[in-house]
Amino acid sequence: MIRAALVGLGKMGISHQAIITAHPDVELVAVCDAAKYMLDVMAKYIGIRTYSDYRTMIDAEDLDCVFIATPSRFHGEMARYALERNLHVFCEKPLCLDVDEGSMLAEMAAERGLVNQVGYHYRFVGAFREARRLLQLNTIGRVHHVLSEAYGPVVIRPKGSTWRHNKKEGGGCLYDYACHAIDLMHYLIGTPHRVAGTVLNNIFSRDVEDEVYSTFYFADGITGQLAANWSDPSYRKMSMRIMLWGTKGRLNVDRQECQIFLNEPSDGDPDLGAGWTVKNTVEMADPVWFYLRGEEYSTQIDHFIQCIKSGNRETESTFASALLTDRVVQMMLADAHRLDGSKGVVRQSERRTKLVS
Amino acid sequence: MDRVLFGDNQFFGINHMSEEKARAQAIRFQRNEPVIEILDAAFEEGISTFMCTTHERVAEICRHWRAQPQKYRDYKFYPCMPYAHKYANAVTEYGIIDTVRRFLPEEGLLNAIVRGGMSLAKKDVEGLATLMIDAEMKMFQGLNTPVIFLQNVVTDLLLGIGFKDGLRIFADHIRSRYNAEPGFITMNLIRLLDALDELEIINPIVCSNVNKVGFRMCGGVAAYEQAIATRRFRPIAMSVFASGAIPAKQALEYVCGQKQIESIVFGASSREHMHQTKSLIEALS
Repeated sequence: MIRAALVGLGKMGISHQAIITAHPDVELVAVCDAAKYMLDVMAKYIGIRTYSDYRTMIDAEDLDCVFIATPSRFHGEMARYALERNLHVFCEKPLCLDVDEGSMLAEMAAERGLVNQVGYHYRFVGAFREARRLLQLNTIGRVHHVLSEAYGPVVIRPKGSTWRHNKKEGGGCLYDYACHAIDLMHYLIGTPHRVAGTVLNNIFSRDVEDEVYSTFYFADGITGQLAANWSDPSYRKMSMRIMLWGTKGRLNVDRQECQIFLNEPSDGDPDLGAGWTVKNTVEMADPVWFYLRGEEYSTQIDHFIQCIKSGNRETESTFASALLTDRVVQMMLADAHRLDGSKGVVRQSERRTKLVS
Repeated sequence: MDRVLFGDNQFFGINHMSEEKARAQAIRFQRNEPVIEILDAAFEEGISTFMCTTHERVAEICRHWRAQPQKYRDYKFYPCMPYAHKYANAVTEYGIIDTVRRFLPEEGLLNAIVRGGMSLAKKDVEGLATLMIDAEMKMFQGLNTPVIFLQNVVTDLLLGIGFKDGLRIFADHIRSRYNAEPGFITMNLIRLLDALDELEIINPIVCSNVNKVGFRMCGGVAAYEQAIATRRFRPIAMSVFASGAIPAKQALEYVCGQKQIESIVFGASSREHMHQTKSLIEALS
């Protein structure tokens, strides 16, 4: 049995807790959270060992791996502590708020031969995996442009008191929503070497941005656009969509469907005729042993566990790969800074004034 | 339980097949009149049970039903709680503990505050859970709710983390306070049945995906077939068409062929579709 501990009992944390506990090859031996209240509830009703300090927990327990699901600000120090003690680490996204720290973590994990994974769960969604497979087969020809969008109803009024509303904690649409959209582009196409026209706007939030837009420049003349807005209540929940245009057709992909348009019938695949072919989650999702909210949440954890068992360090979402996403975030922040000279967050009123003058 | 139950996904823009379809339905049903029209059409077709989440909009539907007690004398609601996104969005905004505080019921104010405050302080999950169930059930006051369900996100979360007693807390409160049968919705049928056996909850009502292609049936089609055939529980089948992936006749032949399945829940947005589905079920049962 693989012995695991979990740090962070928020929304993602307890979801991970359920999946980890239900995994036949893992024993969740302890949990850690800053809120003593949550710990007491867990201890009282589940009887699991609880800690309020992750260092104490890691030192006291005999562990193989650690799952980190705390606010982003703490990811770096916690991952480091675990890696230094030769534990495999699964860390929620984004990896780190500081790319130098992220870089150090990726190196450390590699040097010590430790399995490392970041929670970019869209990489485990059937529709996006199918899109990647089709791209690798050159199905839509030479890709020239990609549009990656993430919309949702997270911040729809001025109030808000959690870490997600605080810049220093890693809050904001860029870290919370846009990172998924950037990582998906990375998964499907690659990393941009340059970004331009980055917009970071507040809509309701005071301290962080609520919408993010940017243009990306990839190798081989490929361009991309990113759009993320977490203040859109017309969406019931987070909606992630990516569109890719190629010389032979295009792909339109979201969590439910992979829609393929081909100018002519596919050379390689007899099932892909000219025009539209729509593949649906029902045929693309791989069944899981335990389902909670979506196959991808279980699949990503199982992947991590299987990699520990087999000794395969190259998980589908490594620290090194997540670091590339964090670097793009840095580029975007620097770019937004250049455009308006402010700290990178443009308030609506200031924007109007600037346009006029 | 009625053989055919009416579901609510189409009214709230939930379509597991396609986001475009989901949006089209969200637009069509954003006012209550079209929703009531469809429910009335189902009622005329002989479908008199509405299995619905505790979305705020259902509260408005309930008002319409309460206003015509004679017309809807034989009508039944099967509430499914909680409406997860309401809480998930609140947790994002306020964190878990403050969310619990916010959703405690307002009425019987002093009582709830005292009970709630004490429960919160003592980490008395049982007390908190019963208060939150009562808050969810408020909208159904005066209406017939013979079966009350725990939604799959909560059922499966409790199952996963190992807090099986949570299932009993729900069941006990539904029986004692509402004189109703507790039901459980799950994506993990086998695991749930094992847990309910352990808790000695006998012959429970369980609603889970049952379809020919094994869509979201954890453990697989064969395991589900065996459980349905041999274990003591009252199965309700949902997602019988696997979100439209299986043609109607094939899908229903498969489900109706398993005689232990008591009821089938499905959603429809046209009278014709309702009629077709119900007729097929009757013919094949």
